[in-house]
Amino acid sequence: MIELEGLTKRYGEKVAVNNLTFTVRPGIVTGFLGPNGAGKSTTMRMLLGLDRPTAGDVRIDGKHYDQLKDPLTYIGALLDAKAMHGGRSAFNHLLCLAQSNGIPRKRVYQVLDTVGLTAVAKKKAKGFSLGMGQRLGIAGALLGDPRILMFDEPVNGLDPEGIHWIRNLMKSLAAQGRTVFVSSHLMSEMALTADHLVVIGQGRLLADTSMADFITQNSRSYVRIRTPQRERLLDVLHGAGVTVVETGNGSLEVDGSKSEHIGELAAQHQIVLHELSPQQASLEDAFMQLTAESVEYHAHSDTPAAPPPQPWGDGWKGN
Amino acid sequence: MSTPQPPMPQAPAPNWQPAPGPSYPSYTSPIPVVRTHLGHAIASEWTKIRSVRSTMWTLGVFVLLNVGIGLGTAALVAANAGAGSLRDENPLSFGFFGLLLGCMCVITLGVLTTASEYGTGMIRTTAVACPSRGRVLTAKAIVFFSVAFVVTLVSVLVVALADVALLDGAREATGEEWLKGTVGISLYIALLGLLSLLVGSIIRHSAGAITIMIGLVLAPLVIALFMFSESLDSLRQALFEYSIPNQLSVFYSNSLTESGPSGWDPLWIALGVTAAAFAAAYALLEKRDV
Repeated sequence: MIELEGLTKRYGEKVAVNNLTFTVRPGIVTGFLGPNGAGKSTTMRMLLGLDRPTAGDVRIDGKHYDQLKDPLTYIGALLDAKAMHGGRSAFNHLLCLAQSNGIPRKRVYQVLDTVGLTAVAKKKAKGFSLGMGQRLGIAGALLGDPRILMFDEPVNGLDPEGIHWIRNLMKSLAAQGRTVFVSSHLMSEMALTADHLVVIGQGRLLADTSMADFITQNSRSYVRIRTPQRERLLDVLHGAGVTVVETGNGSLEVDGSKSEHIGELAAQHQIVLHELSPQQASLEDAFMQLTAESVEYHAHSDTPAAPPPQPWGDGWKGN
Repeated sequence: MSTPQPPMPQAPAPNWQPAPGPSYPSYTSPIPVVRTHLGHAIASEWTKIRSVRSTMWTLGVFVLLNVGIGLGTAALVAANAGAGSLRDENPLSFGFFGLLLGCMCVITLGVLTTASEYGTGMIRTTAVACPSRGRVLTAKAIVFFSVAFVVTLVSVLVVALADVALLDGAREATGEEWLKGTVGISLYIALLGLLSLLVGSIIRHSAGAITIMIGLVLAPLVIALFMFSESLDSLRQALFEYSIPNQLSVFYSNSLTESGPSGWDPLWIALGVTAAAFAAAYALLEKRDV
């Protein structure tokens, strides 16, 4: 259990984290979402006692981080893959961490095996690929077999196989009753792993909700129709009391109506349809809208940039 | 290097399952809970210092310089000295030149022990594993000081014994001269390294801290050499006397000057300066974000 209360961090005039209050509960994966520069990493650093909060409080199982005598057995953290000395072998890197927390040496072999780095345990960390570095960082997080796990952008730079592995790992850790807190700037990634969602933007809390609620609230389902007999279809649908929205590119969109119903209406009136497809607005769009005003680094372009369609929504549709 | 093709375990450690019973709301680990203390931090720092190559390099070069130059000097002097010309010489004093150069290596290793963690990002992992920053600094100080002291003492002893054997024309060294010329000088060099470690922790930048320390060793002597003005005579004298090379030579009782530190004074001075640096480094660690 991680509890944040009015957590605030100021760097001079700039407020990086602004009065954050939320709780991360055990047994589920909690996604920590926000655009770049939203204050996710700063929040995690304060949680681990690396940065001191300007105001407010953060507690791990009721204690401040610096009160923990053997912190690795309480909380394991993956901050960034390169937070290690490149000249040290994977084994020695984990060994010095284990020793500082009184963790038995045999546990080092176990976590190396868990993340699949046993074959390169004696190799220097600087020769590791990004994915291997990420695995070594996760091995360090698992070392103390902690009740709380925290991952900062764990899938960054990983190949699909590595991403898949981390997803399953996080889910299984949560299923064992542990608290899993994972940050990301990708809504799509979170939709696949997280059960609960905390969204921040410019250091402020924007949402603290379950993933299911977030999906129901933010995913609009509609039916897209294209037809050469546009005027006739509009009349028919209007007659049936169905509200139609005309989009710029010639297709029609119907909110909250079943595609079967529209198809039957069209058949009755012998209207030719070129497309009749149920659609769901992407969660990525919902996330972008939520954080639109709090994105710190905008890219500017002269052409009006419509967000490209995101096919990823298929991932959770089946759930 | 072969890329590992790890098995994809569904559970993080199949043989590390939680005890039977309701796993919710909280997971209980079978790993014994340990109240950690300074000893754990020392074990960790010992693993760290022995597992990087820079330790081997700097200490290797140190021993090479110290022993090589120490023996070379003694051999040269022995070959060229006339009969009886060494009668008043302390045979141990020829270890001085090797140590003067060698101390640069100890300085470098001292700085790297702390500053390299900031350079690589390791410091974040270290601080997460041990939230007590004072404990980390103390453990680093103890481990580094012990390593530096032992390595210096062994190499200085080798040089001292060889010098005594080579320079049979020199006088017998007294017991106190032996003590100062071996244990004393080793303590001094280790303290100089420890000061570098603390400067590394304050500056958090390897190259910057090494430059500062080498400046500290060389600058006073070099500046004094160029102080021609008579009005600066007393300052010049002080710079000479308290320059680190001169303080080093005090341990061989052949100070470059007549006044200034003598006997064990350099050791007390180094101890005072290092203690002050430790207090500063400690205070800054507590105050600053990692």
